[in-house]
Amino acid sequence: MIRLLYVILLLLFISNIVQAKQIQVGSKHQYKTIKAAIDSALDGDTIFINSGMYKECPVIVDKKITMIGVDRPILDGEHKHEVVSIKADSVVFKGFRIQNSGVSSINDIGGIKVYDRRWVSIVDNVLDNNFFAIYLQYSKHCLVKDNIIKSNAHDEQNSGNGIHCWKSDSLQIIHNVIEGHRDGIYFEFVKESIVWRNIARNNIRYGLHFMFSHNDSYFTNIFENNGAGIAVMYTKHVFMANNTFINNTGDACYGLLLKDISDSYIKGNRFQGNTIAMFLEGANRNIITKNIITENGWGMKVQANCEDNQIFENNFTANTFDVATNGSLVMSYFKKNYWDKYEGYDLDKDGIGDIPYHPLSVYSYVIEQNPISMLLFRSFMVTLMDRTERLIPSITPEAFVDLTPAFKPYKYD
Amino acid sequence: MNKLIGLVIKDILKSKVIIIYTLFLAAFGWSVFSLESSSAKGALSLLNIILLSVPLVSIIFGNIYIYNSREFIELLVSQPIKRSTIWNSIFIALLIAVNLAFLIGIGIPVMIFSSNLIGLSVLLTGLFIGSIFTALALMGSIITKDKARGIGLSIMIWLFLTLIYDGLLLFLMFQFADYPIEKPMALFSSLNPIDLARIQMLLQIDESALMGYTGAIFKKFFGNFYGYIITIVLLMLWVIIPYWISLIKFKKKDL
Repeated sequence: MIRLLYVILLLLFISNIVQAKQIQVGSKHQYKTIKAAIDSALDGDTIFINSGMYKECPVIVDKKITMIGVDRPILDGEHKHEVVSIKADSVVFKGFRIQNSGVSSINDIGGIKVYDRRWVSIVDNVLDNNFFAIYLQYSKHCLVKDNIIKSNAHDEQNSGNGIHCWKSDSLQIIHNVIEGHRDGIYFEFVKESIVWRNIARNNIRYGLHFMFSHNDSYFTNIFENNGAGIAVMYTKHVFMANNTFINNTGDACYGLLLKDISDSYIKGNRFQGNTIAMFLEGANRNIITKNIITENGWGMKVQANCEDNQIFENNFTANTFDVATNGSLVMSYFKKNYWDKYEGYDLDKDGIGDIPYHPLSVYSYVIEQNPISMLLFRSFMVTLMDRTERLIPSITPEAFVDLTPAFKPYKYD
Repeated sequence: MNKLIGLVIKDILKSKVIIIYTLFLAAFGWSVFSLESSSAKGALSLLNIILLSVPLVSIIFGNIYIYNSREFIELLVSQPIKRSTIWNSIFIALLIAVNLAFLIGIGIPVMIFSSNLIGLSVLLTGLFIGSIFTALALMGSIITKDKARGIGLSIMIWLFLTLIYDGLLLFLMFQFADYPIEKPMALFSSLNPIDLARIQMLLQIDESALMGYTGAIFKKFFGNFYGYIITIVLLMLWVIIPYWISLIKFKKKDL
C-alpha cells in the first residue's frame, strides 16, 4: 500500500516537471506577442522574451510564471499605460527594459506594479522614464534587486517614486540604483523589510522617505544629492547602519530628517557635505553612535521636543556648526563624542578630555532666532562673542554638554 | 618714476618693520598648516589673520611711513618732479612692500598646503585687504598733519571696519528682524571691504551651511558670476577712491 503511494507521489512529481514548459516569444518564434504567450502558459512555465520592441501594454501577468528577457527586450508604455501589472504570486520578472509609462494624477501608474501578491521577484531590469517605476502594494516577501531606475522628473506634481511600497511586509530591496524620480525609495506602512546596498541620487524630493514603517533595516545605502535629502517619519525600531548621506544641500534639506522616530539605532553612517546632517524632531530613545559627521553646515539639530536620545562616540569634524537646538530644554545625552573644535586637555592620558565640552556655539543660537545674521558669521565680533560664551555660558543651555569628550578622533574609516 | 619706487622700497626695507612682519606671517602660515588637520581649517585660521592683522599692519605701517618720511617727501617736492609722480611712487612702493610680505609669508605655505580654490581666494582677499588699507593709510595721513592724530584716525578706521560696523549691522538685524531686510543687509555688508572679503571666503568654506535659509540671498547676491565681478569691482573701488582722495589732497597741500 505504502509502495503504491510512493509511486503515485513520484508520478505526480514527474508530471509536474513535464508540465513546466518553456515558451519563446519574439518575431522569429512561435509566439509573436507576450499576451499570447501568457494566455497559453500554465503555472510554473517559463517565458523567454527575445529582444525587440513590444508595444502591447499593459502586460498583465496573472499566472505563477517566470518571465525572462533575453538580450533586454523593451516594453514600451507609449506614455499612456501601465507597462507591467503583476497579479499572481511567485512571479519572477527578469532582464527587461521598461520605459515610458503613462502619467496620471488619479491612478498611480507604475512601470512594474505588483497587486496584493507574495513571493514576487523583480530582478535585473532597467526602468527608464516611468511615472512610478516599481510599485508594490499589499505585497509580502517580494524581492526587488539589481534594477537600474531612471527618470527625468521636473516637478513633484507630475512625477512618481522610484521604488514605492505601500502596506507591505517582509520586502527585500537590494542593490538598485534610483535617479531622477520624486522620491528614490518610498515606504508607507511597510514592515520587517530590508533595504540594502541601494544608491539613490539626484531625486527631486527625498532619496529615502518612509512613514509608519516599523522594524525595517537600512544597510550600506548611498543617498546623494537629493533635492530635500532623506526624511523618515512616525516610525519605531528602525535600524540604520553603514549608510552614506552626502551632498544633500539646500534650504530645508536634510542629510537625515528624523521626525517622530523612536527606539531606533543609527550606527556607523557617514554624513558629509549636507546642509543639515541630522535633524531630530520629536525623536525619542534613539541610539546614535559611531557615525562620521563631517563637512556639514550643521552636524546635528536636536530640537527641544526630543527625549532620551543617546548620542555617543561619533566624530564631529569640519562642520560649520556641530550642533544646534531651538530651546533651552535638553533631554538628550552626548558623551564620548569627538569634537574637532574641542580645546581642552587630557592630563591623565585616558583619551577623555578633562574638561566638559559645550558644543553649542552661541552664534548658532543667534542664527536660529535671526537667520540673516549668518551674514556676519566668522567676523571678528562674532568670534569674540563665541569666545566669551564658551568661558562664561549665559545664553546657551547648560545641559547641552559633552562631559566626557573624546580627545582623539575615532578611526572608523 | 621707477627709480623713485626703488628708492622708497629701499627706504622701507631699512626700517626692518616689514621684514619682521613677513617673518610673523610666515611663522603663522606655516604653523597653521602644520597644526591643523585639514587644509580647509587652516584656511579658516588664516582668514582671521587676513581680517585682523593684515589691515591693522597695513594701515599703521603706511601711516607711520608717510609721517616719518616727511622730510624726504619735502625734499622730493623741491625737485622738478610732478607731485602726482611722487605720491604714486610712494603708494606703489608701499603696495609692493606690504603685498610682497604677505605673498612670501602666507602665499608660500598656502601654495604648498592648500593649492586649491580656497587657497587662491585666501591669497586674493589678503592682497586686496592689504592694498585697501594702504590706500586708507595714505588718506588718513594726508588729512591730518599731526602724527598722533593720524595714527589715531587709522586705528579708528580699522576698528570701525573690523568691529563696530558689524556690531551695528547685528544691532540693525535684530531691530528690524520683522521686516524683509535680507537685501538691504547684504547690500550694507558689501559696503565694508572686510565684510565683503569675509563673505567671499564664507562662500568657499561654509558652502553647505550657506545653502540653508540665507543661502538663496547669499548665492543670489554674492555667489554667482556677477557677484564675483561686483565683489572685485567694489574691492578695487576701495583701493582707488581713498587713494584718489589722498592724491588730490596731496597735490593741493601746503607742505
